[in-house]
Amino acid sequence: MAEHIIELQDVTKYYNDNLVIDHVSFYVNRGEFITFLGPSGCGKTTTLRMIAGFDLPTSGKILLNGKDISLLPPNKRPVNTVFQRYALFPHLNIFENIAFGLKCKRVLNTYRNEKGEEYTKKERLSKKEIKEKVERALSIVDLEGFEKRSVATLSGGQQQRVAIARAIVNEPEILLLDEPLGALDLKMRKEMQIELKEMHKRLGITFIYVTHDQEEALTMSDTIVVMADGVVQQIGKPADIYNEPSNTFVADFIGESNIFNGTVVGDKRVKFCGKTFDCLDEFASGEPADVVVRPEDIIMCPPSEGALVGEVISVVFKGIHYEITASVGKYELVINSTESREVGEKIGMKIEPDGIHLMKPRYTSNVFDGVITKRNTVAFADGEFECDVTQLYPGSHVDEEDYLVKADGEKLDLTGTEVRVEVGLNDIEISDDQDAGGTTGRIISIIYKGDHYRLIVRTEEEEEDFVFATEDLWNENDLVSVIIPKDKIKLSLKTAEEKKR
Amino acid sequence: MKLHFSRKMLCIPYAVFLVFFVIIPMLVILFYAFTDKELHLSFSNFIRFFSDPTKLSTIVYSLVIALITTVACLLIAYPVAYILARSKIKKKYVIVLLFVTPMWINFVLRVNAIRELFNLLSAQRGMEWLAGSNYFKTVFGMVYDFLPFMVLPLYTTLLKIDQSLYEASADLGAGAFTTFTRVTIPLSMPGIMSGVTMVFLPSMTNYVVSDMLGNAKVTIVGKFIYEYFGTDWHMGSMVALVLLVVVFLSTWLSGGFKAEDTVRGANL
Repeated sequence: MAEHIIELQDVTKYYNDNLVIDHVSFYVNRGEFITFLGPSGCGKTTTLRMIAGFDLPTSGKILLNGKDISLLPPNKRPVNTVFQRYALFPHLNIFENIAFGLKCKRVLNTYRNEKGEEYTKKERLSKKEIKEKVERALSIVDLEGFEKRSVATLSGGQQQRVAIARAIVNEPEILLLDEPLGALDLKMRKEMQIELKEMHKRLGITFIYVTHDQEEALTMSDTIVVMADGVVQQIGKPADIYNEPSNTFVADFIGESNIFNGTVVGDKRVKFCGKTFDCLDEFASGEPADVVVRPEDIIMCPPSEGALVGEVISVVFKGIHYEITASVGKYELVINSTESREVGEKIGMKIEPDGIHLMKPRYTSNVFDGVITKRNTVAFADGEFECDVTQLYPGSHVDEEDYLVKADGEKLDLTGTEVRVEVGLNDIEISDDQDAGGTTGRIISIIYKGDHYRLIVRTEEEEEDFVFATEDLWNENDLVSVIIPKDKIKLSLKTAEEKKR
Repeated sequence: MKLHFSRKMLCIPYAVFLVFFVIIPMLVILFYAFTDKELHLSFSNFIRFFSDPTKLSTIVYSLVIALITTVACLLIAYPVAYILARSKIKKKYVIVLLFVTPMWINFVLRVNAIRELFNLLSAQRGMEWLAGSNYFKTVFGMVYDFLPFMVLPLYTTLLKIDQSLYEASADLGAGAFTTFTRVTIPLSMPGIMSGVTMVFLPSMTNYVVSDMLGNAKVTIVGKFIYEYFGTDWHMGSMVALVLLVVVFLSTWLSGGFKAEDTVRGANL
């Protein structure tokens, strides 16, 4: 049998015209507890629904035990789902709910006729078999004696258990769980987490779990698939994902992080917050890097011994530890420590090399495909921006009739010219005033980087992203206009090859 | 005496209404049904009714017509309601509205239009059979008239069924047919019940359709009652009473009096 029970190969899914899953590939090992983790709208539920068969991939393949099941209807797949809001049948009692799948099932039974020849018959399960299986499933979820109860009389937690029993009674190869604990209160959720984990061990089948709760994912999973924006960000064991996040999104989403812009200054040396630290990651000298430091990896010490010296600006008691925010110059650092400090106190801070994680920055500049318009502006990302077209041809200028005159005197009408537009990460501003900029979009991501925020604004039509730094605090999902100063828009002509694409 | 206004007093108008327009008229019918012309207690109407084959056959005919009408309405309305409720097209309420708008046009006008249509058709070569098939025309007219009353409650109940239940059914291994019989139909039962009630009752009593389309050859219970109340109020009351019992029995048998929690809001 194949080691990989489920494999997604380059799966893409569009809803109408919206890209929700963007070329996703990964596999799930047999018997594994795997979690799809990500913020809402990241595509994790869609991925699960494609494995269940409720949604079909627009392109790509889903393999089950090496066989392509991409287009198989849900009732033909050996998987069962625990739905987000349970989806129990209100017209059936608990027994009938759990027996639903068993009654649909046909099993191959082997018989011997008078001549002693074997033959097989597809048969329904007998009443007795169904009863036994349902009882066993109910005992697994600790609901013995609930057979005759109606769904409406059960509490949320009990309905949850019935939903699990209804799925596992069919002995699926894979159990799919779509945020199954989302509707339960915190205490109940913690209990169910442990129970689910134990059930997974006992049943020995593959669990695919979807959640937006990073803590839940970290406690329960063997493997976590972190998703955002329809793209897999990182796949790994919980500890690896926590300790070695592959990008700032993962670092920010999983646990608390201090994220800084740093520069590699030598062999395993990195500079951030105005100081140079030893680290374990090897990057080429002079390269920019995103630096992630977990709050518990910052060690407080007397100011004289600290690599960084700062002032405590807030202390919050969190039960097991204190969350201390300290300012170092213009930077802010979050520290988790079992020791408390007074607000206003001067403290020193040390970071061990293994507490510093370097990542290649995902964004180094914004690049768009643009078209020069009539008025010598450039249109891209749903909008139009003023720009300096003379940079396309050195020594050229624009005459009164808006024609471009090249250095050798040749007149050019640039209308319709396709260009590559590049804007730096520090050259974009946004404004509440929707008419202030060249285009508008919504803020889809905010990551704090010690002394500034890294924002991503996505335009609504073409879904182009603007990535930039700002010192102002904005809210996610705000509609803003994007302002780019004329001289910060770098244009270059497209080569023939680029145009073809 | 100080008059206290409490919320309970809001129900006084309804109590008065119930007494004067439901309870007293019922008692009057009961009184007439079991008295003779001198207003003496008598079972003669009862005996006369049940010993007269024409009266009994009218009841049976009415029941059969109503039954056929109801079944035909259900068979036509269910697929329509199902497709509309599950389709993802935008503005599907426009289509629902189209099914319902005939209700807004005067009923007599609609029946008249159908009659003219039938007259026109039966004048065609090969369609002469239509002129004499009074029962067919009556049922056709009733189905046409009462269809919206079936579509609407079915549509609203089917619309309310949680999509994830269909998915759960498929997930548990049920094919399209099993899902339909074991999930869709049971869950749309409240809609079916209220649709059936709203079609079955009128089609037993609404004699305008049978009069106009059945060339006055089709007599249903409603017509019967109407005619008796011109001549013999006592017999008329007895027929009305029998109808009441028949309707009560059929509603009871179909589970129409079950607790409210099983009938979720589809009753118009």
